[in-house]
Amino acid sequence: MEGYIEIRWHGRAQQGVVTAAKLLGETGLFEGKYVQAFPEFGPERMGAPVKAYNRLSDEQIKMHCQVTAPSVVLIVDPTLIGMDLAGGMETSGGVTEGALEDGIFIVNTPHAPSEMRKKLELLPTQKVFTVDAAHISIDTIGRLLPNTPMLGALTKVTGIIEFDSLISNFKDNYSKKFSEKILNGNVDAMKRGFEEVKGE
Amino acid sequence: MKRRLLTGNGAAAWGARLANVDYVPAFPITPQTEIIETLGSWIDSKEMAGRMVTLESEHSMVTAAGAAAATGVRVFTATSSQGLLYAMEMLYTVAGWRAPFVMVNVSRGLSAPITLEPDHNDILAARDSGFLQIHAATCQEVLDSVLMAYRLSEDARVRLPVIVNLDGFYLSFTREPVEVPKEDKVLSFLPPFDPENIRFRASTPISQAVAVLGGGPYSYFRYETHLAALNALSVFDEISVEFGRFFGRSFDAVEAYRTEDAEFVFVMMGSFATKAKEATDRLREAGWLVGLVRPKLFRPFPKEHFLKLLKGKKGIAVIDQNISMGKGGVLYTELASVLYGSLDDGPVMASFIGGLGGRDISSEEFFEIAKVIRRAAEEGKAPPPRLLYTEEELREMRKLQVIANAERNQAGKRVGKKDE
Repeated sequence: MEGYIEIRWHGRAQQGVVTAAKLLGETGLFEGKYVQAFPEFGPERMGAPVKAYNRLSDEQIKMHCQVTAPSVVLIVDPTLIGMDLAGGMETSGGVTEGALEDGIFIVNTPHAPSEMRKKLELLPTQKVFTVDAAHISIDTIGRLLPNTPMLGALTKVTGIIEFDSLISNFKDNYSKKFSEKILNGNVDAMKRGFEEVKGE
Repeated sequence: MKRRLLTGNGAAAWGARLANVDYVPAFPITPQTEIIETLGSWIDSKEMAGRMVTLESEHSMVTAAGAAAATGVRVFTATSSQGLLYAMEMLYTVAGWRAPFVMVNVSRGLSAPITLEPDHNDILAARDSGFLQIHAATCQEVLDSVLMAYRLSEDARVRLPVIVNLDGFYLSFTREPVEVPKEDKVLSFLPPFDPENIRFRASTPISQAVAVLGGGPYSYFRYETHLAALNALSVFDEISVEFGRFFGRSFDAVEAYRTEDAEFVFVMMGSFATKAKEATDRLREAGWLVGLVRPKLFRPFPKEHFLKLLKGKKGIAVIDQNISMGKGGVLYTELASVLYGSLDDGPVMASFIGGLGGRDISSEEFFEIAKVIRRAAEEGKAPPPRLLYTEEELREMRKLQVIANAERNQAGKRVGKKDE
């Protein structure tokens, strides 16, 4: 299907992965797309591996199930690379499991994309991008919350949503929830993620 | 109408809010808790009227719900899995009271082994209780079902509690665009509960409890409950027409997808049926004449709808997301009892069990199921039931067992050394 994209997020509890998927879904809806956003996790505990998924489409989305063949994988916590995330309720496999042959990986790391390509053992047809989301979030928000810089990076790399929609939706929906400082910090984090994401 | 991004739990809470419920007895359990948290926050911020009380167990919660409904107020509650089972004694009791209210169940597989992810053994354990059952497959349907459920439950010809079921994770935590109808429109579709003769005033205490009865009067009340549940079939169809008129969305007792010219039909319940819908499209692209039939109403069982939709089909594959130990799939068994003797030259039926504890059912498996049912139709013989499991899953399982055994032996050695 044209204009149909499936995304998988990998992170750990408390890193904002579920919120990131929610924000992406809201932005898609803001643009008039059909969307889904949903998490998958085991018994709640801080630091446990968490997956979240998005579907965005120009047509109605029928399926309700995990994304098993993502076209985009976001690795919010690079320590999950190389781990078998099976066990509990998850299906077997690591962060690269099932990714499409022309899939895109975006990794939160200060290292170069070429290093990540090696570490992830990617196919030559797959693309990899990196962004130092951890440091961006500490600079802009004052704490380790790599989710919003990752959203900025995703917007730049894939173009599936407009950067302006990302910001507008966030400001519209969260100005009541967050203080102005936190709100602006997150907007800066998205901007820097957008600007600083690197490809090979 | 503005669409909001809501989880299935959020949609359930919106249903209760729009229904203007008076009373919400509550007890938390994953993956349902978000429903009562949401209602709690609305009641706290005065965005919603009504009173919420947290009870010490689901058993007390359902007792409170039934007792409140028996005084003529509108009641909402929610639970899941082990919680539903813990309340089971009172499920039968409040249905026997003919107390009309709505309970949401967020399906989650039962212990043991324990899981958080969904299958339908929890909700199907309540099959014979007297609660009616509506099964949702999308977040929109969750909200719509709650509104439908109040109309059905409170109808004077029915007067039974209704469970609205949604699958844990796949709906409960999945955010989708949902149309939240306007309050005034909902008020016209679902006016305040008119309890007629059901009322309780503290100044004029009455007893509604029934004394111990012998078989004759006991049977009378049990039959009455059954007949009221059967009344709900035509009442549901009436309400469903009205629902369409009010909200511009249909809400039929049974959904039929691409069945008109289909030779083979999948039958499934709940959100996992959306995978069958997608697989139907893929199979159609590959030249197969397949379709999907999905009951939204499970109690009462919409027999006539099924007969109409399945007449003239060559084969039916029932995929049950539940397992009755020592028998097999519950929906398969129920459907077989409906079709047997009702259709001349009836279709061949095949039973599949899948999706237990949230196990995925892949597109390839639907292709395999289609092949099995086609072969069965050609041979005119029902195949043995199948438990869906892949070679890869079995290999992973064996690996886990080897690790577990090695760890156990290792632990045994350590204990042995200590003893020496």
